[in-house]
Amino acid sequence: MSNIVVDKSKVPWWVSNLIVPLVNLTLALIVSGVFVFIAGENPIEAVKLIIYGSFGYIQGFAYTLYYTTNFIFTGLAFAVAFHCRLFNIGGEGQAYIGGLGVFLVAINLSFLPVPIVWLLSIFGAFLFGAAWAFIPAYLQATRGSHVVITTIMFNFIASSLMIFLLVDVIRDTAQMAPHTVKLPEQLWLPSFEAFSGILGVKIRYSPLNLTFLLAIASLFFVWFLIWKTRWGYEMRAVGHNTKAAVYAGISPNKNIIIAMCISGGLAGLLGVNEILGVSHKIQAGFPAGYGFTGIAVALMGRNHPIGILPAAFLFGILYQGGSEVTFEMPNITRYMFVAVQGLIILFSGALENLFRPQIESFFVNRLNKDKEAKA
Amino acid sequence: MVSPILELTNINKSFGHVHANKDINLTINKGTIHGIIGENGAGKSTLMSIVFGLYQANSGEIKINGKETKLRSPKDSIVNGIGMVHQHFMLVENFTVLENIILGFEGETVFGAKLEKAKADLKKLCETYNFNIDLDATISDLSVGFRQRVEILKSLYRGAEILILDEPTGVLTPQEVDELFKILRSLKEEGKTIVLITHKLIEIMDLTSQVSVMRQGEMVGHTKTEETNKEKLAEMMVGRSVLLRVDKSEAKKGEVVFKVNDLSVKDDLDVIRVKNINLEIRSGEILGIAGVTGNGQTELLEALSGIRKVESGSIELFNKKISDKQNYLNPKMLKEKGLAHVPEDRQRMGLISDFKAYENLIFGYHDQEPFSKSSILKHKEIHEHSYKVMKEYDVRPNSPNLITSNFSGGNQQKIILSRELNENPKVLLVGQPTRGVDIGAIEFIHQRLIDMRDKGAAILLASVELDEVLSLSDRIIVMFDGKIVGEKDNKNVTDRELGLLMAGVTE
Repeated sequence: MSNIVVDKSKVPWWVSNLIVPLVNLTLALIVSGVFVFIAGENPIEAVKLIIYGSFGYIQGFAYTLYYTTNFIFTGLAFAVAFHCRLFNIGGEGQAYIGGLGVFLVAINLSFLPVPIVWLLSIFGAFLFGAAWAFIPAYLQATRGSHVVITTIMFNFIASSLMIFLLVDVIRDTAQMAPHTVKLPEQLWLPSFEAFSGILGVKIRYSPLNLTFLLAIASLFFVWFLIWKTRWGYEMRAVGHNTKAAVYAGISPNKNIIIAMCISGGLAGLLGVNEILGVSHKIQAGFPAGYGFTGIAVALMGRNHPIGILPAAFLFGILYQGGSEVTFEMPNITRYMFVAVQGLIILFSGALENLFRPQIESFFVNRLNKDKEAKA
Repeated sequence: MVSPILELTNINKSFGHVHANKDINLTINKGTIHGIIGENGAGKSTLMSIVFGLYQANSGEIKINGKETKLRSPKDSIVNGIGMVHQHFMLVENFTVLENIILGFEGETVFGAKLEKAKADLKKLCETYNFNIDLDATISDLSVGFRQRVEILKSLYRGAEILILDEPTGVLTPQEVDELFKILRSLKEEGKTIVLITHKLIEIMDLTSQVSVMRQGEMVGHTKTEETNKEKLAEMMVGRSVLLRVDKSEAKKGEVVFKVNDLSVKDDLDVIRVKNINLEIRSGEILGIAGVTGNGQTELLEALSGIRKVESGSIELFNKKISDKQNYLNPKMLKEKGLAHVPEDRQRMGLISDFKAYENLIFGYHDQEPFSKSSILKHKEIHEHSYKVMKEYDVRPNSPNLITSNFSGGNQQKIILSRELNENPKVLLVGQPTRGVDIGAIEFIHQRLIDMRDKGAAILLASVELDEVLSLSDRIIVMFDGKIVGEKDNKNVTDRELGLLMAGVTE
């Protein structure tokens, strides 16, 4: 047990918000390096490959940003609920159902002008994701069923429901595989390839598309919602101190439901990236773990959009660079990178406060000494 | 033959600026029941926590059986034969009595022959003191009175010779109190020493042979119980400290604003805390509620402010019913009707300590103009307002962007007051307005409340500070055990009279 007591008001913001996460990240990477070494590969080379894979060439970088897009959505989703002290680990299922929303809107309204279809599809994604989060939220608010339990169960329900729909209801009947037909080509969101010509480079293919801008807009939206509006204020009040919220006339139940629905809606937007942007159809299991990784992104980003952006980018690098490594280094499998992610979650989430007191007291003491020296 | 088992010399303990215990001397004789009495916040619990090793004194000496002893943790105290039964029981609810008693006890295993031996030992203890407890019962099935017995049994099993009971009767029914007293007397007969912390004079007179009185962190006297009486004790307890009398004119009472009819309210544990209360508050007057904490004031204020459901009876505001068993207006609606509420517990209810000061300054008013418009917070207006009121109420430091928990308790209180008083409410419910606030600020706050009264507000003031109730109120009611046990006009009442009523002594 650590007995270091740090006066929180004296800790500079950059120590707790920059130095501490960076130290945690470094530790996670060092431990990962040990694993790489045990697996019989050179960790330094692996790092080089990650950096090359994610930054070294334009297509790789586009992939990095594509992954970043997904992580921004799921990271923000977790963060919004967390400001109301709700642990929404159902991002995976909400994203899945959000994808259904995108597809149904787009395919049924394809006769409308294209930009309107896009807007309505985004709305559909948000609405479906929100609806999927609403049920656990309602149960939490009125019955006290804990969202951690219900949202994780809803991930399984979403998965089963989608398999059912993809096999029996909306499957592309010309195919045996569980996926839908493709959307009409004019509805596909412009991808990075289309812009790359303008930038003077030519690339074959990239999954990066216009949804990236929607993700950036979502960062602003969440920042505005949480810190600039009455709803955000009330959600945070409920999250910090339910008793005080009741005293101030703020309804905890209402805010639990609002926070969860916005959270689910943001997770649902992942469907826009995957379906309007990349595969243009619903494939079984398309959320592929982004929902869960979003938890790590949010924790690492301290649930603030300004933190979530770099955290999402970091995970984008790991995803993209990781696939480069597994391609080049036969001893390192895809699962190694799941382990690396796990280590990052462990160090920046579960063990977040492991070295925090030491680091903070180190800086507080140093700053005090500087002050004394000046005085 | 009287031999001291526990001697405390010059014990001092401070928490930050609060001097909770000042040069305390106390001698407790073996085989007696020793009462420690005092108002809430007098330092009784702190002192006993030092004896039990939960806190370490800043200075002073503790002797057990004449030998100087250092008590660094509860474990040290247990080894030295000190046991403590806390106000809030420390039991694992889904364990049995036996499991709870053995839990964490050094040298015991939970299986086999040792368990059987433990059980046999405990059975013997139960028989000796007439505990009447089923050792295999699960705690969650037991009533509060029985749970308390388990705590006592636990201490005895661990070899306690001195048993400290912190407000043991607060949670008990009268019948359970009788049972407890029987047990305590039989413990005394077996040679155990008992320290009883309480603020109820009846219990002291009933049970103890020695009594020590504490006031504001100091030990103000020790006497033999037979040589004193309730009146003398009440006088010592309340003290004759100088009253901070506030200059105030005669109240100009208007019509009845708040009316409470036959009101009963339950607390979170479903215990009825307010019992069939009737009261009226007129505009332009301050009605003070005197009473020791925990006699229903909190629940009364919460029911009046719309936080807590009403069990029976009704509440009327401006001749309109606002709450009864079926319906109640929530705090937001009441706020719109001109009711403001300064809650007793600022940390847990009045503020969000992780919020910045400016966020707390609009708490509950955040959805009103000029602080927000179309649901968007107007940060410029909020900050201007924050600087203004923080200056007006002398909140230090005057920095709205500082996290609220970094302000001192007194300044946090000023943040709440500035928020609630700033709206010029027509009705004001105030609980403990000056708890933890320095003298200068107290005067300021008192003057504000009087000004509000003179402007025609109806004010209900609940405070454990008798001085405060006396100096501010126009009328005073005394609450004891959820009932109004007395109503006095402030012109002809003495603090001694009130002190007796507060302790439940009715002529």
